[in-house]
Parts: sequence; C-alpha cells; structure tokens
Amino acid sequence: MLGYALRRLAGAVPTIFVVITAAFFLMRIAPGGPFDQERTLEGQVMENLNAAFGLSDPLWRQYLTYLGNLLQGDMGPSFIYRDFTVGTLLKAGLPVSVTLGSLALLLAFLVGGALGVVAALRQNSAVDHLVVTVATFGITVPNFVVAPVLSLVFGVWLDVLPAGGWQTGHLAPMVLPVVTLALPQVAVVARLIRGAMLEALTSDHVRTARAYGLPARLVVGVHALRAALLPVVSYLGPAAAALLTGSVVVESIFGIPGIGRYFVQGALNRDYTLVMGTVVVVAVFIVVFNLVVDLLYAVIDPRVRYD
Amino acid sequence: MTAPILSIRDLRVSFATPDGPVEAVKGIDLDLAAGEALAVVGESGSGKSQLMMAAMGLLAKNGTARGSARYRGEELIGLPARRLNRVRGAKITMIFQEPMTSLDPLQPVGRQIAETLRVHSHLSARAARRRTVELLDLVRLKDPERRVSAYPHELSGGQRQRVMIAMALANEPDILIADEPTTALDVTIQAEILALIADLRTRLGMAILFITHDLQIVRAFCERVMVMRDGRVMEEGDVATIFTAPREDYTRMLLAAEPEGTKPTAPPAPPILRAENVGVHFAIGRGAQLAAVDGVSLTLSPGETVGIVGESGSGKSTLARALLNLLPATGEVRFRDTPITGLSRRQMRPYRHALQMVFQDPYGALSPRLTVGEIVAEGLTVHAPELGAAERRARAVAALAEVGLDGAMARRFPHEFSGGQRQRIAIARAIVLKPAALVLDEPTSALDRSVQKQVLALLLALQAAHNLAYVFISHDLAVIRAVADRVMVMKDGRVVEEGPTARIFEAPATGYTRELIAAAFDLSAILAARQSNPNARGSASTIAGT
Repeated sequence: MLGYALRRLAGAVPTIFVVITAAFFLMRIAPGGPFDQERTLEGQVMENLNAAFGLSDPLWRQYLTYLGNLLQGDMGPSFIYRDFTVGTLLKAGLPVSVTLGSLALLLAFLVGGALGVVAALRQNSAVDHLVVTVATFGITVPNFVVAPVLSLVFGVWLDVLPAGGWQTGHLAPMVLPVVTLALPQVAVVARLIRGAMLEALTSDHVRTARAYGLPARLVVGVHALRAALLPVVSYLGPAAAALLTGSVVVESIFGIPGIGRYFVQGALNRDYTLVMGTVVVVAVFIVVFNLVVDLLYAVIDPRVRYD
Repeated sequence: MTAPILSIRDLRVSFATPDGPVEAVKGIDLDLAAGEALAVVGESGSGKSQLMMAAMGLLAKNGTARGSARYRGEELIGLPARRLNRVRGAKITMIFQEPMTSLDPLQPVGRQIAETLRVHSHLSARAARRRTVELLDLVRLKDPERRVSAYPHELSGGQRQRVMIAMALANEPDILIADEPTTALDVTIQAEILALIADLRTRLGMAILFITHDLQIVRAFCERVMVMRDGRVMEEGDVATIFTAPREDYTRMLLAAEPEGTKPTAPPAPPILRAENVGVHFAIGRGAQLAAVDGVSLTLSPGETVGIVGESGSGKSTLARALLNLLPATGEVRFRDTPITGLSRRQMRPYRHALQMVFQDPYGALSPRLTVGEIVAEGLTVHAPELGAAERRARAVAALAEVGLDGAMARRFPHEFSGGQRQRIAIARAIVLKPAALVLDEPTSALDRSVQKQVLALLLALQAAHNLAYVFISHDLAVIRAVADRVMVMKDGRVVEEGPTARIFEAPATGYTRELIAAAFDLSAILAARQSNPNARGSASTIAGT
C-alpha cells in the first residue's frame, strides 16, 4: 500500500506540472499586467518596475525562472501586496481555509448522511419527500445567494451571529460561512446516501441479515450502511474540490482571510505570482486528498487491493 | 406423521405493481414434520421462493402476505419484527441461491457467523469465535482457523455456500430452508454440498425444506415433494409415487423435460472450421499470465455439433470467443481455407455473417431500445447492404417464423417476451444471416427445463434444415449428450478428453470425466455413498478441491 501511495504521488508530478504550465500561460494571455492602473505610470517607471520583477524577460525565460524558483520552494514576491512574499500570504491564509473547508466537509457528511439514511428508511414518506426537495433546493441555489441572505437574516435582522469577519479560535464567526459552504454538499451527500442505502437495503446480503433475525440496528447500521458508504467515500474527492471553489465566493462575501480570496483578488489585479501560488497549493491539495480517499476506500472495502 | 412443526394454511402473497396487484402465491397449504425433507418444486415464476419469503417476513416492500404460517403453534404472518427475530436465524434458517452475494462483502465470514451466535445464543465474543471455528470445521471447510477471517471474495462459490450452511446451523435450528442452494454451483461442487446437507441433517435431526427446479436433486434428497405452478399446488406426495405415477399432466411434463435422446450422427464432410493449438492468455499483474485456454485444437464440419463441456473457469467460453476471433489468441483458426486469427475487425467483417454466436443471457443479449424486428434485421444492414428496408423486414419476419415466433411480434420490444422467446429471437438474429457455423454459449442454461427442451428441439431442427455446424458449450452434461456428435471435456483451459458422444458417456477414459458424469446423472448414488461414510471424501471432492 505504501508503494502504491508513493507511485501515485510520483504519478501526480506530471499532472501538477501541466496545471502550472497551463495556469502560467493563461494568466499571461489575459490582457493587462500587474502595474496597469487607472492613471498610467510614466514609461520609465513602468520599465523599471518590469525589470525589477523580471517581467521584461522573454516569456519562456520567465517561465523557466518561475519553475526553478518553485522547485526551491520560492513562490516569489506578490506584485500587489508589496513587502509580502506569496509564501507568507499563503501560509497565513491556508490554515483559515483548511479550517473552513474541513468543518464544512464534516458538517456535510454528518448532516447529509443522517438525512439520507432517514429518507431511505422511510422511502416515499413525507420525510423522504422533504429531504429530496430540500436537497434539490440546496443544489440549485448558488452560494453567492445563500451567503448574503444568511448574513442578512442571522447577522443583521436577528443579530445572533457575526455577519462577517473571522477570528481564529472563535466559533461564532465560523457558523455562517461553514453552513453556506456545506449546504450544497449536504444536499449532494444526502441524495447519494439515500440512493446507495435504498440499493443496499434490497441487496442479497441485507436480506440474509434479516433472515438471520439480526436486530434492525445491526441490519441497517452495520450491513446496509457500510455498503452505502462506499459511493460517498468516492465522492469525497470531488467534494473537496467543490468546497475549494465554493470557498472563493464564501471567503469574499464574509471577508475571511483565507486563500480563496487571494484567488479572486490576485486574478483581478493580475498578481501573477499570487495566482500561481494559489493554483499550485490547490492542485497539490486536490491530488493528495484524492490519494487519501482512494486509500480510505481500500480500508473500508476489503475487495480493493493496491499493490 | 407426527404433529407438523411448520404448518402453512391458505397462504397468499401479492405484490403491488404499477399495473395493479400481482398474486404470486394463491393459497398454499403445507405441513412440515420434524426431521422431514420436503421439496417444493416448480419452474420460475411458480411462487416457490416467495412462499417461504412470506413465512419468514422477507417479502419485498411492495409484497403482502395473507393467511397463516405457524411454527410450533406461533403465527409468523404479521408477527412484529422483534418477535419474528427470535424465530428466524435461530429456529428456522435459510440458505440462498446466490453464494456470491448472500454474504456481506465487507465483513469477514467468521464475524457474520459469530454475529448470529451472539444475537441468538448470547455467546461472548470469544465463545462465539470458538463456536464459529467448530462450525466451519463441521461444514468441512479446510483450515477453519484461518478461514474465519477470510472475506467472501476470497472464497470460491462452493466455499461460500459452506459458510452459509455453517451460519444456518449455528443456532441449531429445527428447520433449514434451502432455496436453490446449488443452482449456481458446478455439478461436482453441487454433489458435495448436497452430501454435506444430507449428512448434517441425519446427524442434527433438523427438517429441511428444499426449494428447487431440479428433479434430480429432489429424487436424491427428499422424501416428500410438492409441485407448484402459478402460485398453486399442482400435486403433492412422496417422492417415489410422484416419480413413478404422477397424477397431473404438469408433473409429467416436468419429469419429461429432462433432455433425452441423442443426435443422429452427421455424414462426414470436409471441415469448415479448423482450429490448431489455440491459446488465450490473460495478464494477471506482475508479468504473470493465466492460460485461460491452452493448446486446444478442433475441427467442425457442416451438420456437425461439437459439444464443449466443463465447469466454471475451464475456459470453454473463452475458447468460443477465440474461435470467432473476438479476442486475441495464439495458434491458428481457419474458416474454410482462410486463416482468421489476428484479422482486424474490418478484415474479419466478410466472414462474420458465416460465423454467428448465441449467448447465455437472453436478457442482456438483446438491446432493450430496439424492436425485435430491428434487432433481427440489423445484421443485414451490414452484411447485405444491397437489400432494401422492405426486403430486410421480410427476411427478419421469415427468420422469426423459422424459430417459431409470429411475424407480428417484430414490432414489439424484448422486455415483452419470456426468456425462452428471447432466446428464440437471439437465434433468429443469427440465422437471418445464413451462417455456416453457430457458436452457442450455454444457450439454454438460463431457461426452465421445459423451455430448454423446446429450444434444443428448435436448434436441432434448424441444424438439419440448413446443414449448420454448431459449437455447443454447456456445463450441463445432459444437454451435451442430447445434442452433440462429438464431445470435448475441458478443465483449466485444456482438453481433458474428447471423442464421439456415445463413447464419452458410456466409457469415459479419464477420472475427471467419470466424476462429472457421476455428479450429473447419479446424484443418488453419490449421496448414498457419502452418507454411509460421511468422513470419506469422495473422488468428486478431490477434483473440486474446495
């Protein structure tokens, strides 16, 4: 299994390389540059700035320089946040984003899982229809709608939770962003578990468990639920990716100092190095997370062997 | 007869479907005495399985049971799950048909057995484990200490069925319900499993209710038999009487449905298909290769049938696909004088119409989105593009008529047909192209015996009418004996023995062939021999190697 993990990581290197290359050139295709402002700078100033940040070199050389620096762990200085390197910015933002994302993931799986199981056990009942309706709603309403509405209702009208902001270690400001981020995933997980559970409940081995007089808690909790978890575990990878994308919006709306924010601002400001840094971190994260999911799958399902 | 321990009265089962309620069981009475072996026999759709599912509270969600099923006086129908759970799994246990899926794939088998012990006999974890090992030993699973922690996928079909039996015996039941327990197994394994159940029954003194379609098993195993059809009891009595003097036509038809007779030998003719030293190898990781087919040669002449018989994993289906160049193979296959091995799909196309195939599963082999007429005519659009649509339709209707289906059915979709009719459609699709040779891969294995007999008769008639050559693959020796001129017995990818059908069946030269034949035709003798000396592992088991 260790050998498999190492081979998978080695296999991810070309993937990440392709991602970096694509992101690098796409950024440069976009018109404008980091130092274009409403009031154009004097020609000489512009040239000096470009020279200082290596932007006057031919593109291929800039690319190679970037790759070289990256290999040494240097993601370069930010063009906009002067006096900060991209490394410093990401180091500060990453823990916030990871906290936000993992809490949302946890919430999605606990709440979504519970809803899905209840709906499956009471198939075609009012509870089931309610869950399916709410889930459809959760998937269709985008989080840039949910976030301001929640912020308005709970932060302004009811005034029970902060409408935005973040304080490391404090729970209250986390509630609304985490709920917003988790909501679509709650819906997806509930639907997935419901479907998998319905299938598991009619499977032959669950029939065996029933025929052998096992109490409902064992039939459902052990034999059906474990089988139903498999498709959900494989959804963990895409879910993590979806949460990262979602965090871009949620962090911007709630004013959270995570790395999702840098993505948006960096792209708008043509802060080349900041965007590149975020892309690299996110790509590595997704690759590693998918590997962890695959290994987890083998732990749950003994039929899966990696060697 | 002593007082019955299970007594069923006027049991009815109906299922709510979008087309209204469907009655699967229409008022059945049944009594089972302690220690008795009763067979419930019927073809698919007779309601024989649903009868016991209803008594055990295991009907699908849309099913309802009415009537009465009493175990030692306690009414089971309508009993709350909590009370029912004291009976099922403890006093009445079940073995199911599908050894592949009836065990939880995510739990070690020992844990599944121990679970029932802990729930019903309230054993401690350690005591349950100790008892589990004893049980696995009782069902003669080799190396039980190690097997307790095996997962179902690490065991063969026969081994899994032994685990199921161990689970069924765990809490010393009064009644064992065996629902087609050996239908999915090879014949030699079937003989072993049946011998095991018979032996355990005499040692432990439980009653057995055997649900099956196989009259061979009934005769070898049971004392009393109940014949079901369309949810009703047709006939009931002791086994000897039913087999020698059946009262009902339906019972007589079932008894006569065993394949019989032999094929008249084809006149000698130059071969049209000649295979030399065919091999198929699959990579199984780390550079290792599995020889699924190894050095098989065969010739096939017009009007002739070569029967290929073997147990699962013997390579017979792989050989069939290699003969038709449907998968990469070594060696050489010649059709008439053309070597076809290794031809690309495009190069192969001119020969395809002459070499057709019929598959086992009549449900999976027909596209559900096309009408039957379109399915049968489809091959003509490729192989006879010069024909107009009207001519293609006419030929499709003619082919359907030839397999005994009304041309008006051409507009219907496959799901409107029964299994036997679908297999006729698959045959029509092959013969519409006027093939020279047909490869038939278990063409009747998914069908009821009575339907099988009709399809076999159809195949023989078509062969005689068109001088067709058949490669007929089956695990069922009775079928092979009825249709083949020559027989090849395969095991582990190799031909163990081959020769004219009569010679193979009357004077088999190898031990393996003798085992197969004994397991298929002489179940009673095997069971009798095993039971008189249950510890002797018969020669069949040395082959099966479970």
